[in-house]
Order: sequence, then C-alpha cells, then structure tokens
Amino acid sequence: MLELAIGFILGCCALGAGVAMVAGIGPGIGEGNVVAKACEAIGRQPESKGSVTSTMLMGCAIAETTGIYALVIAILLIFVAPNILVNVLLRAIG
Amino acid sequence: MKRKSRGFLAVDILLIILMILPLVTGMVIKVLTTPPSEGVTFSGARVFFTISMPLQDLPITEAQINSWLIMISITALCLYMTHGIKVRPDTKRQLIVEWIVEKAKGLVNDGMGLYFAGFAPFIAATLALSAFSSLVSLCGLFPPTSDLNIVAGWAILVFILITYYKLKCGPVHYLKSFADPPLLTPMNIISEIATPVSMAFRHYGNILSGTVIATLIAAGLQGASRLIFGWLPDPIGEIPFLQMGIPAILSLYFDLFSSLLQAYIFAMLTMIYVSGGFPLELYEKRKQEKAKNKKTKNLEVV
Repeated sequence: MLELAIGFILGCCALGAGVAMVAGIGPGIGEGNVVAKACEAIGRQPESKGSVTSTMLMGCAIAETTGIYALVIAILLIFVAPNILVNVLLRAIG
Repeated sequence: MKRKSRGFLAVDILLIILMILPLVTGMVIKVLTTPPSEGVTFSGARVFFTISMPLQDLPITEAQINSWLIMISITALCLYMTHGIKVRPDTKRQLIVEWIVEKAKGLVNDGMGLYFAGFAPFIAATLALSAFSSLVSLCGLFPPTSDLNIVAGWAILVFILITYYKLKCGPVHYLKSFADPPLLTPMNIISEIATPVSMAFRHYGNILSGTVIATLIAAGLQGASRLIFGWLPDPIGEIPFLQMGIPAILSLYFDLFSSLLQAYIFAMLTMIYVSGGFPLELYEKRKQEKAKNKKTKNLEVV
C-alpha cells in the first residue's frame, strides 16, 4: 500500500511537471512574433539594425518570463516536491 | 616601444596567477568533493558545511564559494588590466580598458539618462559578475547563477535601488504611485513585488535549463552510442563516440550565448527599472521649490 501511495505521488509530480510546461507554447508564439516583426523592421530600415536587435533581445527576455516561471515550477515538481511530499506521507503514517 | 622593467613584469605575473588560481582552486575542490556517481544525476549546489547562527543555520554551499572565487578572479583581472595606465597609453591592455569603460558609459548614458551617469561602474560590475559567473561552467565548475539564492540576492539589491530612487520624491508620492488608478492598488503592489522575483527567476531559470538540457543530451548520446557501437569488441565498444563534439556545439549556445545574453538582459533590466521608477522632472521641480523656500526663509531671517 505504501509503495502504491509513493508511486502515486511520484507519478502525479511528473504529470504536473509535464502539464506545467504547456506554458511553453505562449512564449514560443510570442517570441516568434517579436522576431518576425524585428526582421520586418530591419528589412524596412537596415540602418537601424543595432537598436532593433537590442530591443528585440529585451522583448524576447520579457516575453520569456512566463515560460521561465513554468520551467521553475516543473523543476521544483521533479526535483524538490517528491522528497517533501513523501516525507510528509511517511510522517503522517508515523 | 620601451622595454618594461623587471618589477612591472613580476607584478603582472603575480596578478595573472591570482586571476587563474581561484578557478583552479574551484576545480580542485570540485574534483575532491564530488562523490562517484553512476548515470545521470542532477543536484543543486553542494553544501560543504554549515555555520550555526542564532536565527537559522547558515549553510556554506558550492555556489557561494564559487561566487567568491569569481569575485577574486575578476578583481585580479581588473588590477591586471589597469596596471601601469598612463595619460599616453603605451600598452594594448590600456586601450582595451578604455574601450570597455567608454562602452559602459555610453550604454548607461543611452539607457538611463545623464542623471544616472554615476551608475556606469555598478552596471559594468553587474554585467561582469553575471557573465563570468555563468561562463565559469565552461571550466566545469558549478555556475553560481544556476542557484536561485545568488541571483535573488542581486535582484533584491536592484529592488532596494528602485525603491530608494522612488522614495527620493518623498514617501507620500511613493505611496500615491501605487494607487494610480485606485481600483488597481493590489495589482500595483503585486507587480512591484514581481519585479525582483521575475528578474531572479529569469536569470536562474535560463542558466539552469541550459545545464539540465545539456546533461540530458549528454546522457542520451551516451545511451545512443552504446546502442549503435555496442557490438564492437570490448575496449572500442565502451567508448561513447557520439559524445565527442556534439555536446560542445550545444554548449556554444547554452553556455556561451545564453550566459552573455542573460548578463546583458539583467544589466539592461536593472537600468530600465531604476531609471524608469525615478520621476526626474518631479524631483527637479521639488528641488527648485525647496531651494526657493530656503531663499525666502533666509530673506525673512535677514
């Protein structure tokens, strides 16, 4: 029974991590839009390449934030949460 | 070109040794303390020892020690680069240093305005520390920036700076800025707190994800090469051929490009947040009014 409970916790943590990384879709689309627009801008005004590129990198970093949050949550779920949850379970059993 | 004196060269060599020695020390510590492991393992910063403190025990981790070693190394690099600078530059390193200083000043003047011109050393130091901390993974050391505690410390420092410059117009104006549209006050408070959190998580998440992906790919390549070349006779079949070269190309992106980009982004965000939170026009208006009041008061006294 205990093995089943621990296995359930581990499986749910892995599933949660996988579901959390669905948030990677948003930043992917957003950054694609940013880079596409930057390419258009450089094509229209090649002399402003430097400032467009640095602004694009900044925008990409900001757009990436939600994806990074999801990544941090996924990493916590895989590497940190199972230990804590299993300890809580064992302490509850006594 | 004039020959350099022997003392000058001796100091140069001493500084170069001081620059390289911390990295070698870090590698030796890493080799001595890493337990032998089988397969793929991810671990955070290793805790070397803990110092007992009144409130909570203070663990001394790999990240802290590496961070200090990098600081020593950067200090020695700066001393080496600025050794023997003159009004008329006659060494190559002085030209490089002047170029770096001019670039940093230009970056800060463009990004923050002339009022914040004194921020150039701070921004350059942030940039150098962040970049070197991430690049140290090229030597096989644990990069301090992939530990949340280190980056959160920097982000809290930036948050203190932001709050200090916002408070320069008086606490009333600071509190009023939260209730800009009065209905959105909770949102404004959350977004104020989210600034350091997002800065810390962005830097830490990017570096850590690079490490995790690189480790996973290296382990996968080991398995794949065992699958493909495993039928070869024993000493040759054991060699993971696919692990040669391919991880290096990935490391070019994850270690080199990503590290430098994140350092640049951290410095840029620091500049934008600090200068963006400071209402310069209001501050100057206030200053002028204060000066006027002082003058009238003085006249009254006279």
